[in-house]
Amino acid sequence: MRTRAIALAAVAALALGTAACASDDNGGSGSGNGGASSGATGGGIKSDLKVAFLPKQVNNPYFDTSDNKGGKVAVEEFKGKYSETGPSEASPSAQVSYINTLSQQGTNVIVVSANDKDAICGALNEARQGGAKVVTYDSDTNPSCRDLFINQATTDGIAKSQIKLISDAVGADGGEIAILSATANATNQNAWIAAMKTELAKPEYSKLKLVDTVYGDDDDQKSFQEAQGLLAKHPNLKGIISPTTVGVAAAARYLSGSTYKGKVQLTGLGTPNQMKQFVKDGTVKAFALWNPADLGYLAAYAGAALASGLITGKQGEKFTAGKLGEYTIGADATVVLGDPFTFNAGNVDQFNF
Amino acid sequence: MRERLKLLGSWDVIVLVALVLVAVIGAAAIEGVASPRFWRFVSLEVIPIALIALPMTLVVITGEIDLSVASVLGLTCSFMGQLWLWGVTSLPLLIVLCLLLGMVLGAVNGIFVTWFGLPSLAVTIGTLALYRGLAYVLLGDRAVANYPISWTSGAIKPIHGLTIPWFIIIVAVLAVIFGVVLHATPIGRGLYAIGNNAEAARFAGVSVAKTKFWLFVATGAMSALAGIFWTLRYASARADNGNGQELAVVAAVLLGGVSIFGGRGGLVGVIGAVLLLSTLRNALQLADVPANALTIVTGTLLIASVVGPNVVGMARDAWRRRRPSPHPQLERTPV
Repeated sequence: MRTRAIALAAVAALALGTAACASDDNGGSGSGNGGASSGATGGGIKSDLKVAFLPKQVNNPYFDTSDNKGGKVAVEEFKGKYSETGPSEASPSAQVSYINTLSQQGTNVIVVSANDKDAICGALNEARQGGAKVVTYDSDTNPSCRDLFINQATTDGIAKSQIKLISDAVGADGGEIAILSATANATNQNAWIAAMKTELAKPEYSKLKLVDTVYGDDDDQKSFQEAQGLLAKHPNLKGIISPTTVGVAAAARYLSGSTYKGKVQLTGLGTPNQMKQFVKDGTVKAFALWNPADLGYLAAYAGAALASGLITGKQGEKFTAGKLGEYTIGADATVVLGDPFTFNAGNVDQFNF
Repeated sequence: MRERLKLLGSWDVIVLVALVLVAVIGAAAIEGVASPRFWRFVSLEVIPIALIALPMTLVVITGEIDLSVASVLGLTCSFMGQLWLWGVTSLPLLIVLCLLLGMVLGAVNGIFVTWFGLPSLAVTIGTLALYRGLAYVLLGDRAVANYPISWTSGAIKPIHGLTIPWFIIIVAVLAVIFGVVLHATPIGRGLYAIGNNAEAARFAGVSVAKTKFWLFVATGAMSALAGIFWTLRYASARADNGNGQELAVVAAVLLGGVSIFGGRGGLVGVIGAVLLLSTLRNALQLADVPANALTIVTGTLLIASVVGPNVVGMARDAWRRRRPSPHPQLERTPV
């Protein structure tokens, strides 16, 4: 009984201690700019800014590229302090805990890819009240919880790049093409397909004829079978566009093992690691995706420009992002990275994600 | 029995001393740990784990386990989201319906364990998957996030003049209730008796099946309460809410000195362990320890918590063998 009483007393003492230290400061952080000096480097960005990248999860090659090969480079250019932190599993609650940590550390810029557009809002706003600037990249939050969103690509940009790639691959004679999409009701896929149809209506693509759109449901097996089915159904097919990483990899696997290899062209949105072997064996000439390293690089510069007071996130404001040049803030405090990045035999080995 | 009492007490003290050490050393060595905001974040994180750890302690003391708790939490969140979509906009009604759901889910576990006599480990691994699956069926990959701000910020509002959220008071009241039931009533003594020897407890007049059944119901209800808090704290009802939290709860219960074989342990140690794990994790995170290393720390602590009491026990026995107890005839129940 005595030891238990001591234990209880210890709990009570601890609780009192906590309460006592809690009452001296009501939630304010007071260390908003974490000692960032106003010594300007190129473009008026303050030096010594603490910039932290918070990806959906660590140990993910995509985010390793965007953060450590993009964001880090940018932060070193403007002489800030770079860090990457985050949960090992992609859950919003784990991310909240890291946002809290960053705001306590007096981080100037938090660059985050949201695991849930609402669940991390409270924590982000608390960090902003403490003086941090919040930039989302890859996956946005509610616009009210961040200062800027760096969008990897627009619908039009993706559609233009896909049609250009298939046109180049098929050649000047044109011919029949088909689309292998994900699910029939995927919002982004349908927007891209609609934009591709608009693009195909242009005179320079008059020789390309879209004959079919099929759905592989982002399932590897189904996408593989749908690719097979397309070639059986359309003997004159010259090219396939698959604007989904699962679909394009499955179609490439089918084509590379079939007699159509090199005769039926394929392009789409894919990741270099999945597509490398098919680019090398001649199944695919080129495919597209945004360059995650550029995405992280731009996000770091945007955050630094915010934290240096060069921009506030209003539409029409301009800032310079190092080697990427000048960017203008669009509607809903969004900055678009640019046209998708084209991967081909010449550059695909430089990427690992 | 006397040794057991001593042993329990000493493990509680070890956990609490560790907690104080982590807090003091952390405050001295890591910038930010001494700040009120740190304790606000720790307490916010502790609330759902503590809510579930309270009934889990009792369940484990009877020699059973409930691994479905985080899935009950997730299904409650999905249900709360779906009710909102169906137009239930009264918070008290939502709370009541969610708690009822939690009790039903707990009762399902209880029925399988008591009526069919199945091992709770197997049953609740099954319902862990089943309830999480139902959560996805109910809400899919949608997230319901348009609850009124007065609810979401109301749930985490600090106590006047402090930074600690008011919900901690509810946790504290429930902790006292569970503590009194476990440590100061015949029901509590019955739980230890079941954990030590269910057959003997039955002969001694303890209604084993009924007790276990209601423990599972209580665990379901508390997990549902944690789910309601989770939804409001993160302002987002999602099917994957609280995924994997059952491990955090079981880790805290075991680190708190409750024997996985039943019959031993108490709430003081468990509450200390819940606070210890959260404080340690948040402090290390603040010290920029990477996520991968953090999971190693938690894993090591869990192993230490299972090995620790045994080592302490062996050391105590060895010491006792050399110096026999002055009152070997004294027998006391562990209260």
